[in-house]
Amino acid sequence: MKGLGELERSIMDILWAENAPLTAREVGRMIEDRDLAPTTVMTVLDRLSRKGFLNRTRDGRAWRYQPAASRDAYVAELMLEALDLTGDRDAALTRFAQAVSGSEAEILRKALTELEEE
Amino acid sequence: MIGAAVLAALATACAVGAWWLTSARWTWRAPRTAILLWQSLGVTWGLASTGALLAYALEPYRRGVVHGLLALLITLEYGVHEPHDVVRLTSLVAGLALLAVLVAVLLTAGMQTLRARRRHRLLLTLIARDEPAVPGVRVVGYPGAAAYCLPGLKSQVVISDGTLSLLSPDELDAVLAHEAAHVRYRHDLVLLPFAALRHALPWSRVVRDAQESVSLLVEMAADDRARRQCSPKRLATALLRFGTAGVPAPQGALGVSPGANVMARVNRLVQPAVELPAHHKLLIVTGSVVLTASAPLLWLIPG
Repeated sequence: MKGLGELERSIMDILWAENAPLTAREVGRMIEDRDLAPTTVMTVLDRLSRKGFLNRTRDGRAWRYQPAASRDAYVAELMLEALDLTGDRDAALTRFAQAVSGSEAEILRKALTELEEE
Repeated sequence: MIGAAVLAALATACAVGAWWLTSARWTWRAPRTAILLWQSLGVTWGLASTGALLAYALEPYRRGVVHGLLALLITLEYGVHEPHDVVRLTSLVAGLALLAVLVAVLLTAGMQTLRARRRHRLLLTLIARDEPAVPGVRVVGYPGAAAYCLPGLKSQVVISDGTLSLLSPDELDAVLAHEAAHVRYRHDLVLLPFAALRHALPWSRVVRDAQESVSLLVEMAADDRARRQCSPKRLATALLRFGTAGVPAPQGALGVSPGANVMARVNRLVQPAVELPAHHKLLIVTGSVVLTASAPLLWLIPG
């Protein structure tokens, strides 16, 4: 049995790979871990919906789930914050170094060449 | 009257001290000591400036700020009724308002930060993967270079695919050692109040410079810790590669340029200056402790 986080991740991956909304049963069939109880899949789908990562629509007696946003959109959101591009200047993360542009980058590039030649 | 005057002098001294410290360069030779001094200047400035206003307002009680405030709260009546006491009343309102604003700013910033981190953590669970080559580090599939620490009870170090392909294994080790230092010393907690204050007072130059100085010092402290475990030269080249790769962050109109900060860190790593002598550090640490203790004591003594 995988950890809950990993299960959430594989379920999101399945739904991102599909273009159509899936039911819990369909998702369950596509998960590698075949021993998974169907209720576990439903619980995780429900959790992901409550967190706002999935939208669900009624289909007869079952729910169909699909991602609220694309994977790329979430990667972009993470990286905007990681690269300090949100303009918030908050202290949510501690970043290794900032990228610079123009003449400043030129100075750094020269320093890098010098250091590597040493 | 004396209490209020001393507190006002202390607040002014802290502001002047902060202004002086933003341009001081010895701080780079002892970043951790300098961070401690910054923290004590910040706390003391807050307590002394509010304390000065309150001490003046509550001076007729002759019981000091803390007990004066208690007396005021219990009776719910400001016990002075002479004409010139409008000044004292204004001082009371201003002091309480400043205190409330400072507390509210810190709490709001703390909550916003926690919320942003929770969201970030949730997204990482869904997006980031574990990479056998870098155990314990979360990797995000993104071509640009990024390396950071998401602080919390269980801090996570995160890098991007771009970082993996940009850096040599030695350089990557150096970056990870740097991030591990942020985790270990909870540098995020050091940065939080300064970032909060900057958010609240975006027009204040001293606050802006203070925040930028402290965040540079925190990076230097992490560099110092990392160089104990890795080659300083590799950390320096990693810094330079990062500085020239990826998307430049939007720069504040007046702030210290990020390029200068990167070069300052690189130069320290390649040609380390002599560390600040131990007795100087001890003197600064003692000074910081005394400074931090002074404002609460002045709040207590009857003026």
